Amino acid sequence: MPVSTPSQTVGPFFSLGLGESSHGDLVDPARDDAIRIAGVVRDGAGEPVPDALVELWQAEGCARASTTSEGGFSFVTVKPGPAAGLDGATQAPHIAVSVFARGLLGRLITRIYFPDEAEANARDPLLRELTDAAALVARPEGDELRFDIVLQGEGETVFLDV
Amino acid sequence: MTEPFPYRRDPEGLHPPLHSPAYESSRLRAPERRLVIAPATLVELDGPAFGHDRVSPGDADLTHQHGGEPLGERIVVGGRVLDGDGRPLRDTLVEVWQANAAGRYAHAGDRHPAPLDPNFSGAGRCLTDAEGRYRFTTIKPGAYPWGNHDNAWRPAHIHFSLFGRAFAQRLVTQMYFPGDPLLAHDPIYNAVPDRSARERLISRFDLETSEPDWALSYRFDIVLRGREATPMGD
Repeated sequence: MPVSTPSQTVGPFFSLGLGESSHGDLVDPARDDAIRIAGVVRDGAGEPVPDALVELWQAEGCARASTTSEGGFSFVTVKPGPAAGLDGATQAPHIAVSVFARGLLGRLITRIYFPDEAEANARDPLLRELTDAAALVARPEGDELRFDIVLQGEGETVFLDV
Repeated sequence: MTEPFPYRRDPEGLHPPLHSPAYESSRLRAPERRLVIAPATLVELDGPAFGHDRVSPGDADLTHQHGGEPLGERIVVGGRVLDGDGRPLRDTLVEVWQANAAGRYAHAGDRHPAPLDPNFSGAGRCLTDAEGRYRFTTIKPGAYPWGNHDNAWRPAHIHFSLFGRAFAQRLVTQMYFPGDPLLAHDPIYNAVPDRSARERLISRFDLETSEPDWALSYRFDIVLRGREATPMGD
């Protein structure tokens, strides 16, 4: 059986091949149910990471964004429905997220959950495992959702193994 | 429809640990907390395809994106994309980017004082065919210095990004060239603990598919994660 190819860092110049836009549209922003999710990627010193690549993955599609010089990224998407788990248990609506950057020898994975799904979130098999379940729930900010990604140290994002 | 089996975890030592002290940039960026195992969802196993609308004919030839031909050694880089069960992954997006023959990226952030090449942007993409094959025509990238440690040089490499068919199969990696003396000194390449895994990042020179009077050929097969179990009788 063939063995997987090892991962390597995306490096500092990935925008050449993977695009420069700090904004990804997964759906038409004119849709009534379109939501904007924005955030900043920070490192272990609290500094913004200006060369990270953030990707969203959900039933409706994929999108990606390179961070700005201030570490910022944003997406327009929709809230997906509840997710069917392999064990038959339903999971709360969420978006799978990948993060790549210089200094990261592999992909980081996390999830964005939704603040208006308190009941489903309370039953979600992953969130229930976490000491701080709120850590993966986006925060409402004006008419958009905020989800910052902290690579290391205080407030470090919960990263996942899939 | 993908069978709903989760993807096998890769063995320990196959991928570089996020904490790799010899790689200076990982110091403030690698997470310190343990990863939490997430229960898989069907969407992650049989998710959307990405980027098919991004691919145009000609995107796989990095030597014909401008008015003239780029300087350097023209090469063909090709191979197959398979899953860990040996099945070819067809119709999957393969994206590449690289430095020019002088070791300089066409990127504003690259300060290496080597010449830019007006005929080389260094980015390409294609979809794999029915047998999982991909093929790029490009020029051999140069080595370049970087600030990781005193007299640090990256071995010549081409960056690869692959989507596969499922969230678990997403892979970003780098392809190297056989016989490169800089490999022994590179903290990124050597961050892969397992020697045979590391060596799978080195392409193979392939005289057979080299094009006479035109281009040398390097072969780089890529394997993405396979599934936990396969359907009976498969």
